[in-house]
Amino acid sequence: MSSLSPPVKKLWWNEPIHKSELLWISLVFVWGLVMTFMMPYWHVVGKQNLGTETYKTTPADFQQATQAFVDKFTVRNEGPRNHPVVAPPAGGDVYMLGRLWDWWPIVQLKKGETYRFHLSSLDWQHGFSLQPANINIQVVPNYEHVFSLTPTEAGEYSVICNEYCGIGHHLMIGKILVVE
Amino acid sequence: MVNTTQMLNKVFRTCPDTGLTFHGPAENLIKANAVAAVVFLLVGGIFGLLVGLTRWQAVHLLGAEDFYMVLTAHGLNVLIFWMIFFEIAVLYFCSSVLLGCRIATPRWAWAGFVLMVVGAIMNNVVVLQGNASVMMTSYAPMEAPPLFYLSLILFAVGALIGCFVFFGTLVVAKNDRTYEGSLPLVTFGAMTAAIIAVFTIVSGAIILIPTFLWSVGIVGEIDALAYRLIWWAFGHSSQQINVAAHVSVWYAIAAILFGARPLSEKVSRTAFLMYILFLQIASAHHLLVDPGVSSNFKMFNTSYAMYLAVMASMVHGLTVPGSIEAAQRAKGHRAGLFTWLRKAPWGNPTFSGMFISLVGFGFLGGITGVVMGAEQINLLIHNTLYVPGHFHATVVVGSTLAFMALTYWLVPVLFRREIIFKGLARWQPYLFGLGMSGVSLFLMGAGTLGVPRRHWDIGFAGTGGITHEFPAAAYTMLALNGMSVIVAVIGGAAFCVIIVGSLLFGRKLGDQKMDVPWIAAPVTEEEYNANGGSAFAIPGTVVLAMIFFISFALYYFINWKYLAETWGIS
Repeated sequence: MSSLSPPVKKLWWNEPIHKSELLWISLVFVWGLVMTFMMPYWHVVGKQNLGTETYKTTPADFQQATQAFVDKFTVRNEGPRNHPVVAPPAGGDVYMLGRLWDWWPIVQLKKGETYRFHLSSLDWQHGFSLQPANINIQVVPNYEHVFSLTPTEAGEYSVICNEYCGIGHHLMIGKILVVE
Repeated sequence: MVNTTQMLNKVFRTCPDTGLTFHGPAENLIKANAVAAVVFLLVGGIFGLLVGLTRWQAVHLLGAEDFYMVLTAHGLNVLIFWMIFFEIAVLYFCSSVLLGCRIATPRWAWAGFVLMVVGAIMNNVVVLQGNASVMMTSYAPMEAPPLFYLSLILFAVGALIGCFVFFGTLVVAKNDRTYEGSLPLVTFGAMTAAIIAVFTIVSGAIILIPTFLWSVGIVGEIDALAYRLIWWAFGHSSQQINVAAHVSVWYAIAAILFGARPLSEKVSRTAFLMYILFLQIASAHHLLVDPGVSSNFKMFNTSYAMYLAVMASMVHGLTVPGSIEAAQRAKGHRAGLFTWLRKAPWGNPTFSGMFISLVGFGFLGGITGVVMGAEQINLLIHNTLYVPGHFHATVVVGSTLAFMALTYWLVPVLFRREIIFKGLARWQPYLFGLGMSGVSLFLMGAGTLGVPRRHWDIGFAGTGGITHEFPAAAYTMLALNGMSVIVAVIGGAAFCVIIVGSLLFGRKLGDQKMDVPWIAAPVTEEEYNANGGSAFAIPGTVVLAMIFFISFALYYFINWKYLAETWGIS
């Protein structure tokens, strides 16, 4: 009788478990506990825990909030799309919106300072992919996601869209500048 | 009375090579579903080649619009149509054939098959017309034509009918007493796949029907976040059907080639049950970096309730090779740690395909899946090419190769035709398995460097000057991926040629037995118990399992280290 046939012993649930199986099951179970523990543990000691503060919003409201942020803190315009470069005060709020096929505006941050990011989409779903820091966050329309970001190194960073958003998906790129 | 017996004799046949009993209508249904599966594998595979050659930036074969269209078609054809058609064939085989009973309601089964064929063809037509390039996930509020959603709904209804025909057939076998005691392990595993399939299809209906109504203007709005949550209850669970099905196929092949039985029925069956209990709820691992989902929910849900489903796969990962080792040792291959493995039939594509599937699924697919399912580590890889890298290891190296391996064995049994091109068949699993392992590894490599998935041009040529420079290594990874795709596609094409060729031109076997034994005699109780039951000590498998465990733990903690190096985020 093989695995293609009914069990040899009718009362198969009374059969003893083999030693090697028992050893492996115990090891795997403990490993599962370790991995389960790691996530809350990182919430306590780790510095990378994506905030979950979220508000319902609308494209119009979020656009307005972002516009107000841009009006207040723009320092110059630059780049092929002549986007405003916005430099909020250290510790302040930052608004960035995704839309077909652009991230707006360009944000300028100070290294080592913590900012409150507000992220949403004006149309479809987008993916906020900060490179080369490699931080990836889903951007969903009608939801305003608020979390804190602390740049650790100065430089020019790209925000690439990594959620497919139609035929111009590969054109969707923005910038975050980090200065000393 | 005479009439009934005559009728029964006409409807049932016994396979001269395997001794299995085939019910005519069940056999035809298995054939039809398996052939449809291979056709969609072929179609989807060609699209996959075009995707791989476009990602290779130096080749960059397709334009953007074609690329997104072909990528959508690739996902749907191989991930949905090939898989589900084959799984329906597996369900009918594991019920009607393994239990030796008639199939329940063959007319309903044909109706389901027709719905699936219509849905799959309609979907391809809609996608290839070019205005349904929404990817397999079709995330609202991005909109596809109504026929896109309708085609998937038709396909899903057909598959659901198939599941219920399977359940009905289990009842028929029970009533007709065609077997004694409990279901065979392989049938039990198929049953868990079918139960998961019902959950999956119901979730799909809950999200796709409103989305269809939205696309025709009856429903006003689809909440994007709710769509993601429910779509993934469908999208990820459908991968659990694949896992439960291909693990059943592993056990089946261990039994077919080695006469193996599980080390203990209790452990293997409990592990299958754990798939049902803990896998489908884990849809939130696709939502780890979404807004509006709490950390507590993410941690609970993605750890699969304390990683109990991961535990189930790791248990199968030990017991499948363990049962082969025990059978081989019982048959006399006792020397050393790995004689049992060395003496395995590596030239038989049914074995090599199954074993590469097992190793690839565990080392490449399993480890990476669990690592990226940790709440915080997901920040590093969400929506990068790492994700398709991971699931090409689970679904292609894992499920697809296991199904191919089984097909080599099934064709002579079902169609009574000999496999042609035996020399090519011997190499096919290696070409396909290693090529696809390369695809998986190099996509994951590119993803680790931040390369986005579903992206036509990481050189950003069309943006008017706003660019990002990915490291040169990312381009190398994509080139290596393209080359691996070519190897894998040659392997996949070889499979299609061998199988279709065998159906058309293979030597007819009729009622003649083949020259080679086609199913191993089950290892007997005496053989297992010889030498004081030493066959059940499986030191070779334990060593392999420990290598797996150490790789897993190392890779897991390396990723926490990577995470610690990026920006602070809270």
